[in-house]
Amino acid sequence: MFRYYLKLAVLSIRGNPILSGLMIAAIAVGIGACMTIVDIEYVMSSDPIPQRSDMLFHVRLDSWSPDEPLWKPGEPPDQVTYLDGTALLKAGKARRQVLSYRVGRVLQPQGEDQMPFDVNSRVTTADFFPMFDVPFKFGSGWDKSADNTLEQVIVLSREMNDRVFGGEDSVGRTVILNGDAFAVIGVLDDWAPIPKFYDVTTGAFGDPGDVYFPFSISISKELSGRGNTSCWKPVGEGGYSAFLNSECVWMQFWVELHGEEERVEYLAFLDAYVESQKLLGRFPRPLDNRLDSVMDWMENQEVVAKDVNVLLGLAVLFLVVCLLNTIGLLLAKVLRRSGDIGLRRALGASKKAVFLQYIVEAGLIGLAGGVLGVGMTWLGLRGIEVLYSELNFISNVVKMDWIMILTAVLLAILSALGAALYPTWRACRIHPASQLKTI
Amino acid sequence: MLCMQNISKVYRTESIETHALSEFSLTVDEGEFVSVTGPSGSGKTTFLNIAGLLEESTGGTYELDGNDVSRLNDRDRSQVRNEKIGFIFQSFNLIPELNVFDNVDVPLRYRRFNATERRERIERVIDIVGLGTRMQHLPSQLSGGQQQRVAIARALAGEPRFLLADEPTGNLDSHMASSVMDLLTEINENGTTIIIVTHEPSLAERARRNIHVRDGRVSTSEPDLHLATAATA
Repeated sequence: MFRYYLKLAVLSIRGNPILSGLMIAAIAVGIGACMTIVDIEYVMSSDPIPQRSDMLFHVRLDSWSPDEPLWKPGEPPDQVTYLDGTALLKAGKARRQVLSYRVGRVLQPQGEDQMPFDVNSRVTTADFFPMFDVPFKFGSGWDKSADNTLEQVIVLSREMNDRVFGGEDSVGRTVILNGDAFAVIGVLDDWAPIPKFYDVTTGAFGDPGDVYFPFSISISKELSGRGNTSCWKPVGEGGYSAFLNSECVWMQFWVELHGEEERVEYLAFLDAYVESQKLLGRFPRPLDNRLDSVMDWMENQEVVAKDVNVLLGLAVLFLVVCLLNTIGLLLAKVLRRSGDIGLRRALGASKKAVFLQYIVEAGLIGLAGGVLGVGMTWLGLRGIEVLYSELNFISNVVKMDWIMILTAVLLAILSALGAALYPTWRACRIHPASQLKTI
Repeated sequence: MLCMQNISKVYRTESIETHALSEFSLTVDEGEFVSVTGPSGSGKTTFLNIAGLLEESTGGTYELDGNDVSRLNDRDRSQVRNEKIGFIFQSFNLIPELNVFDNVDVPLRYRRFNATERRERIERVIDIVGLGTRMQHLPSQLSGGQQQRVAIARALAGEPRFLLADEPTGNLDSHMASSVMDLLTEINENGTTIIIVTHEPSLAERARRNIHVRDGRVSTSEPDLHLATAATA
């Protein structure tokens, strides 16, 4: 019978093209508006590294001022000092660990007519690439010995390799950064985790980085970070060295731990470390060390801004209004077909058969509205991309994958079915005798 | 086959009570061709609705093939209508977007026949009404007489116990009307029970028995009305 109802639905939609078109359009517009915001929220709140997020932890130590917290009451700073980062790195208590920060460099291409340009550079330790599952197109990252030997090696992003070397395998070639020669040892494949979880302080949705080189090189060249640097007391005299020994927080520290036991053990290690530092006069605030999982860290940093949630609420309301219109249109259609319904009932259709016939029609209208709604969602995302084009990360956020497409279509079908409940109930109540000819 | 005993039907509104049928009794045997006549407001339509299980009576009993169908629930009434009663309406009541084949198919769909059986039945009844070459035509492409033939075919497709015809020639010219009545007569002669509700005496004369309804009651029940009229002339 389902195929029969489908056939009747197609005939009915074709027989009332304007009314059917209005219903499909109403659903499509509602779905388009709703899914545009849902899609953005979905992208912003999705797990950026699902295959490893349960074993990656962001480390926070409360090394801040005794007088007040850095950002929020009850929350330690979101970055670590050089002293703490390097101490934890040296202790090596986790399976893997990453200490990194963002710097600014200028790359000088080899050709004479090529102008130098600014590159978004990430300074990091060797574990960055395996720990964050970074894919390589050519070569690989450096090993741990390069972290200690000041080896001037560099990893390029795919985009940077395309720009500088035309996309060729550039492993072994040389790149000049601020006058220093770096040997290319690896080129990344496409990699743009959304959000950029490992460093949200420089924007959760920015590009991951153009070039990567060892942490030790950066320190040897006295490079300061191009991200957030917060200090609760003056750095003092002594230039870069004083800065490194200060209580300024400017680096991100991540560890890889497998299982609850390792996590508890590492937290105990952090507590013991901080207690030892307290004896040296540091860490004046109460003990408050944190190991934030990837998703907890995203939530803590409010990667999905509150205004997105408000927009989502408004978008859902808009969908509801569109569905209320659909209810009205469906009701008009059903009442227009009272004669047909009365006839079918007279010929033996039960109320259930009438209900199913019109529910299937509503489902088909929902499907059509959903497909059109996917198109409207795409347009909505393009519109936002244009509207916020000055934000360089916007194209990373306004994406639609198959899950969102299927969600849009499913939401449209379910919405149409929900909207059809009252009209089909009214259809079932049509008394056949009242619709047939009377003498 | 059909037995109504003391059927009553009262329509109630907030201020008015209308007794459409009172102590209405009627028996129709298998194979009969019965006409039900009466002036406007006499209760013919109400009788038709109750006989066709489109409405419930307020009182009395209605038996069909020995089964009391007076107080069935909606689902069971739909099933009995589908299996035992064939309807023919004055305004044909064909579904405009369905072709002849699909219009005749409608009641069979609710009987859950498989596709092969449905096709066999449809082709047979369409042949009976003489529209074998018009199966793919839409109602708008047929004359009034042809549309009524399609309606008759639809009524016959499920092999009902009886046909209920409500002014089947009311919207037809005399030539087409005669042709349709010839067809119904032929169907009756093949064994199908037919009850026609009409206020046309010429139509009523084609039946073998006439039931005259007045003020919601059966006032006369006479076989071969045209013979009774000739006898008194």
